Amino acid sequence: MRTWLRRQRYLLDYSLGAMARRPGKHLALLLVYTLIVFLLASVMLFTHSLQREARLVLAESPELIVQRMVAGRHDLIPGEHLERIAGIRGVQGSYGRLWGYFYDPAVRANYTLLVPPNDAPAAGEIRIGTALARTRGLAIGDYLSLRAASGEPFAWRVAGLIASDSELVSADLVLMAEEDFRRFFAIAPGLYTDLVLNVRNPREVQTVAEKVSLALPDSRPILREEILRTYDAVFGWRQGVVFVLLAGAILAFAIFAWDRASGLSGEERREIGILKAIGWETGDVLRMKLWEGAVLSLTAFLLGYLLAYGHVFYASAALFEPVLKGWAVLYPAFNPVPFVDGLQVATLFFFTVFPYTAATLVPIWSAAITDPDSVMR
Amino acid sequence: MPPKPPPARAARALPRSGRFLLAIGLALLAFAATFADAALRSRAEAPRIAARAELVGALGLTDLSLFTEARYTRHPSQADLHSAFQDHPLALEHFPTGSLVPPMVPGAPR
Repeated sequence: MRTWLRRQRYLLDYSLGAMARRPGKHLALLLVYTLIVFLLASVMLFTHSLQREARLVLAESPELIVQRMVAGRHDLIPGEHLERIAGIRGVQGSYGRLWGYFYDPAVRANYTLLVPPNDAPAAGEIRIGTALARTRGLAIGDYLSLRAASGEPFAWRVAGLIASDSELVSADLVLMAEEDFRRFFAIAPGLYTDLVLNVRNPREVQTVAEKVSLALPDSRPILREEILRTYDAVFGWRQGVVFVLLAGAILAFAIFAWDRASGLSGEERREIGILKAIGWETGDVLRMKLWEGAVLSLTAFLLGYLLAYGHVFYASAALFEPVLKGWAVLYPAFNPVPFVDGLQVATLFFFTVFPYTAATLVPIWSAAITDPDSVMR
Repeated sequence: MPPKPPPARAARALPRSGRFLLAIGLALLAFAATFADAALRSRAEAPRIAARAELVGALGLTDLSLFTEARYTRHPSQADLHSAFQDHPLALEHFPTGSLVPPMVPGAPR
């Protein structure tokens, strides 16, 4: 065993020496390799973290939302519908939600105006998300003035800010009293944006949704499970889109690495010939080259992964911010929570380290089994 | 010719493979440390995540406020199926988020 270990160490020594003789070539490969692993790992860690957080946070979202559809579009729903569906067996409670959007031309941002079901601010006052406060330069006690649906200016006093820890769900929120909301948007009493149903038994939600569809044919029920699935799909899609965008780069790298790993230069062939001529066995040559591949791919994997971890969980995934932000003005300041999926990391390891190491073997083997004399010529 | 200065003790003691194995060992330690760091930090974040979930429950929220650029990207779970094409029957989606949020296919699991 000791002899075997010593032998491997000598082979590793030789491989590192051989790599050091051609530093430019190997450093360039290491750099590109590390960059590819960094990008793949960053996307993977970021999307997994957001997906997991969305699942945890949105697990408390309403169990069943009922929207009214008119001519294929979401429309206001009359409060009387609540009475028609509140009697469905299994429904524990129900209420009408009031929320909507407002485009503020002053900062070119979309706000979400919402009436909280409980503990709403007093009339004339609002509580706002911290991203909105930051963008508009508002603090507690300041006034926010917006133009109402009637064209009249409407001013509220900022009575509070929503905790900055929750920016991921509240960046653009403006919480207000019901009467203010109705006056601002000119919504008649008795009309709501949508209805929320609380269902006693989670296993009955689907059945209740079917009964709602029968009772209100013009409605569209949205289950909490659908909300969670939407976010799984959003982040799955995002990861897929980024991977597709990266595919060109990955393909270019694969060709580069394959060419580098599988095509032997004349110098390398001569080196193998000399090694064979001085008594190295084919197995030794293979092991030496295997070490070379392993050194390069393992170093690239570890460096790329560590850089990606730092980028996503210590630098708030700064490189992805413009992609997520799009044209949005309001963007939550948040640090992704490090949820790391071991299986994903293992998959990344397998697909980045093994192919390169394996790709080095075939050409080396074909050169190593040839007669040293003919290889050296 | 003056005699060559002796190489530094550490460099003499460690051959190239030793230095490489040491560096890889350290990198592997850092790699393992990321998992420990993730476990510790996610545990420390648990109360804040619970507070966010509580806010979602209290206000009846349905979506993350990640994409605030258009009304149908702000609440992907609530947007109706044709919202991306509401401006014009043949208008293509023009918000950058549209290339990140999947199209809603009627009937398909979302």
